[in-house]
Amino acid sequence: MSMPFYVAPEQLVRDKAEFARKGIARGRSIIAVEYDHGLLLMAENPSRSLRKIAEVYDRIAFAGVGRYNEYDILRKAGVRQADLMGYLYSREDVNAMALATAFAQTLGSIFSHELKPYEVEILIAELGQEGEENKLYRVSYDGTLSDERHFAAIGGKAEELVAALEELWRPGLTLREALDIGTEAFRRAEERESEGWELVVLDAANGRRTFRRLDESEIRSSEN
Amino acid sequence: MPHFPLPLDTPVPSSSFLDLLEAVGARPRWEIPPEAARSLSVPEGTTVLALRYQGGVIIAGDRMATEGHLVAHRFIQKVFPADHFSAVAVAGTAGLATEMVRLFQVELEHYEKLENRRLSLEGKATFLARLVRGQLPMAIQGLVVVPLFAGYDELDRVGRLYSYDVVGGRYEEQEFGSTGSGARLAKSYLRTAYEPDIDASRGIDLAVRALVAAAQEDTATGGPDLRRGILPTVYRIDSNGLAELSNDEIRPYAESALEDVR
Repeated sequence: MSMPFYVAPEQLVRDKAEFARKGIARGRSIIAVEYDHGLLLMAENPSRSLRKIAEVYDRIAFAGVGRYNEYDILRKAGVRQADLMGYLYSREDVNAMALATAFAQTLGSIFSHELKPYEVEILIAELGQEGEENKLYRVSYDGTLSDERHFAAIGGKAEELVAALEELWRPGLTLREALDIGTEAFRRAEERESEGWELVVLDAANGRRTFRRLDESEIRSSEN
Repeated sequence: MPHFPLPLDTPVPSSSFLDLLEAVGARPRWEIPPEAARSLSVPEGTTVLALRYQGGVIIAGDRMATEGHLVAHRFIQKVFPADHFSAVAVAGTAGLATEMVRLFQVELEHYEKLENRRLSLEGKATFLARLVRGQLPMAIQGLVVVPLFAGYDELDRVGRLYSYDVVGGRYEEQEFGSTGSGARLAKSYLRTAYEPDIDASRGIDLAVRALVAAAQEDTATGGPDLRRGILPTVYRIDSNGLAELSNDEIRPYAESALEDVR
C-alpha cells in the first residue's frame, strides 16, 4: 500500500482556490443592474443556445460564469429545490435567500470534499415584492456568500465592472438607461465591444413569472 | 459522506417534476383495503366542456360541487390554466382533482425551466394521462377524477382538445368534449348545435348554452346564477395564448342562454 504525500491543508486550499479562480477568469462576466421597474441581467454571450442566465422561480433568476456543465448542474438543482418548496408549501415560501444559502453550502461542501472544486461563480437575483428591495446574492466557488445592493457582477472582470457601475449607476434608471450603463461598464472593463448579449429582465409587468428574455432592439425600441 | 443541501444527485433521469417528487419520497402512497371508500362522502365537481373554433379552443365549466344530494360548494373553480398555451378542466372527486391540476401545472413549468422550452401539446396531454392512470387505485375505490385538456398547438397552429377516461385513456376530440355528471346532456346539446369553423364569440356562446342545457336536467350541475353573481368559468386559447374571460364578458352570454330556456 502506498502512502499518500502529506500536503499542508493551507497549501491544499490555496491550490484549489487558485485553480478555481483561473477557470472562472477564462469565462466572460455577467452583471445585474437595478432599474425603476425591475432588474436587468446582462451576460456577454455570443451563443444563442447555451444560456448563462435562467429562470428559477416567479421572481428569481440564476446566472453562472465558469464551466457550463458545472453551473448548469447547480442551476437545475436550484430549479428542483425551488419547485419542490413551492409545491410542498406555497409559491410565496420560495425566496432567494434560502436558495443562495443552499448554493453556498453546496459549493462550500464541494470545495472542501471533492478533489476538484467547481470552477463557477453564481448570481441569484430576486425581484422585490411591491415596495421591497430587490435582492442580489453572489456565491463564489468556495461557497462564500455575499449580498449586493442595486448592482452586482460576477466573473473574471467583476471588480472592474463593479468599479465602473459605482460611477455610472443612479436610482430611477429606465430599462434603456440600465442597458446603456451596463454596456458602458463592460466597455470599460473589457476595453472592447461586446460579441453579443444575453439579456434578461425580472419585471413585475410580466405577470406572475417575472422572468423574460429580451433582444437589445426590443429594449431600445421600448417606451421606457 | 458530504451532505449536499441541494438535490444535486437525486436519481432523476428526466426533467419531470413527478419523478423528482417520487425520488425524494414526497409523493403520497396509499394502501387502502378494497372496501374502504364506500363510507366516504367527498365533494364532487360536475360538468366541464371544451370545443374547437376557428383559430383556437374554448374550455368552460360550471361552478358547483356536490356531496351526495347536497351542494358542497357553489363557487368552486374547475377550469385552470395549465401554462401559457393550455388549460385543464376537471370533474370528479374535487380534492384529488385540484391536487392533480396543481401537480400538472408545476410539471409543465418545471420542464420548461429545466429544458428551456415548452413541452409539445401532445407531450402535455400524454403526461396528464399518466397522472390520471396514477389515480387508478383511488378510482377503483370510487374516487374518480376525469380531466379535459385543451390547448393551442404551437407547431401545427391549431387549437386541440383531449378527453380522458378513468384508466388514463387519452382521446383527441375533433369538435368538442365534455366530462362530469352533466357531460351527456352537454354533449347532446353540442351535437345538434355545433358547427365547425365558428368564431370565438359563437364558441363561447355554445359553451355557455351547453352548460345551461346540462344544468336544466342534471341537478348536480350549477347553471349561471345571476342573482348570486355566479357565472361559469370560461377560457379562450388561441395563438396569443390563454385568456380568462371576465364576468362582465360572460354575463351577456349567460343572460341570453337563460332567456332562451325560459
